[in-house]
Amino acid sequence: MTARRGLRVAALGYLAVLLVVPVGLVVYRTFEPGIGSVWDSITTPAAISAFWLTLEIAAIAVAINTVMGVLTALLLVRGRFRNRIPPTLIEALLDLPFAVSPVVVGLSLVLVYGRGGWLAGLPFQVIFSLPGIVLATVFVSLPFVAREVIPVLREVGDEQEQAAATLGASRWQTFWRITLPAIRWGVAYGVVLTTARAIGEFGAVSVVSGKVAGETVTMTLLVENRFQNFDLAGAYAASALLALIALATLLLMTLLRPRKDA
Amino acid sequence: MSTAAVTTRAGARSAHLSSRGSGALALGAVTVWLSVIVVLPLAAVVVRSTDGGLDAFWTSVSSRQAVSALRFTLAVSLAVTAINAFAGTLIAWVLVRDEFPGKRAVNALIDLPFALPTIVAGLTLLALYGPTSPAGIDIAYTQAAVGLALLFVTLPFVVRSVQPVLMELDREMEEAATSLGASPATVFGRIVLPNLVPAIVSGCALAFARAVGEFGSLVLISGNIPFHTQVASVYIFKQLESDNPTGAAAVSVVLLLFSLVVLIGLRALEHRRSRHDGA
Repeated sequence: MTARRGLRVAALGYLAVLLVVPVGLVVYRTFEPGIGSVWDSITTPAAISAFWLTLEIAAIAVAINTVMGVLTALLLVRGRFRNRIPPTLIEALLDLPFAVSPVVVGLSLVLVYGRGGWLAGLPFQVIFSLPGIVLATVFVSLPFVAREVIPVLREVGDEQEQAAATLGASRWQTFWRITLPAIRWGVAYGVVLTTARAIGEFGAVSVVSGKVAGETVTMTLLVENRFQNFDLAGAYAASALLALIALATLLLMTLLRPRKDA
Repeated sequence: MSTAAVTTRAGARSAHLSSRGSGALALGAVTVWLSVIVVLPLAAVVVRSTDGGLDAFWTSVSSRQAVSALRFTLAVSLAVTAINAFAGTLIAWVLVRDEFPGKRAVNALIDLPFALPTIVAGLTLLALYGPTSPAGIDIAYTQAAVGLALLFVTLPFVVRSVQPVLMELDREMEEAATSLGASPATVFGRIVLPNLVPAIVSGCALAFARAVGEFGSLVLISGNIPFHTQVASVYIFKQLESDNPTGAAAVSVVLLLFSLVVLIGLRALEHRRSRHDGA
């Protein structure tokens, strides 16, 4: 029993040193000067524009990745392929964003859409502008919804869908009435992960944003910007807001996980 | 009754036919989506890396600074992965087999590094382990700081991959071993650990792939000192900033290879295992 206690102390000690104490300290440092100054520094015009920009990007990326993620999952699990090559290839591509450094994601977009890039001649600006940030965010948060929905789809099987089809339901009806309700918690979990990643993405966005004040500075870029301009309190305040979003994410994950696995 | 069966079959067949049409549409949409978002940009990196021919590619990746950054990235990622194999298994074991107040909260906390933006993670670690540390520990801009940041962001991988396996594990064998006089250490080493190894390996592979490419949490804490704390991802960023996209692309290709080899190896391993299980 003492051995067990020793292991517990070691595990919790590791978590304390690595996670709890640093995060606790930042929260303390943030609110040390008082809640009023925190409020002031997250309601500056720069902070407000960064906040809305981040939400806008996250909303677009989540919408795209949710629709395409569910479609990809349906295709991989329910699709009929004559041989194994297409689904294997799609699954490999789906996992690729996990293997790519965020900086490489940003670089790759610059090489395609930037000056001298393959698609540099588009009528609208991509790099150093909103479309570039959205593309970067969609890339890094791409696998989550599909990865969460695929196992759920396998688990529920297609008997109910076949029954619906037999009774004359159209594909669309079957999807809305049978498939979607069956996978909804998996989708919700994937959406939470996608949202968290989209809001928190830094590396890829930092390469393509160009950091145009009031236009392409997201929340995470604002944290870096303030830190480098020696506005430590401001950086902490913006971080606190992001940490709050992270906590909400954790809470949702904890609430959704048992439902998704049920 | 037979007429009912016939109509049912006809209905099912027509559903299949229409599914084939929408299936092709879905395949097309997914292919276009993955191509535009993932394949096209990564292809651009690979193509641009050899813009000046293979010689230029080789010159870029074998420059002293690039080699040093890549070597450090590899070494620190391996070290972090090894620590994760150990600490992650320990934490998973404590979360599954131990009971203590606040366990649910600790369990939820494990995902914090996934939820917290990486730049905030870096800032957070800098607050406690940087120049203004209240504990008097200042390791900012050292290789240890890079390792620490990577440990932070990779924490969940091994824990979350080992935990479910440990939960499913049948306790009977362990009880039998204990009743036959095996010590807890023997039981763990001979019975529990062998069952966990596949999960530990897959968690480690994910942690390694993540560590190799990590950027956000290192920007503030690594100090980006060439030949010392500069990792490959930051090196790539600097190359791009100093208008050398070809050099940046070349090192990116090497970095991609690191994590791809590991992840493809993992997939192959899982594939082989699932085939064995099925047989």
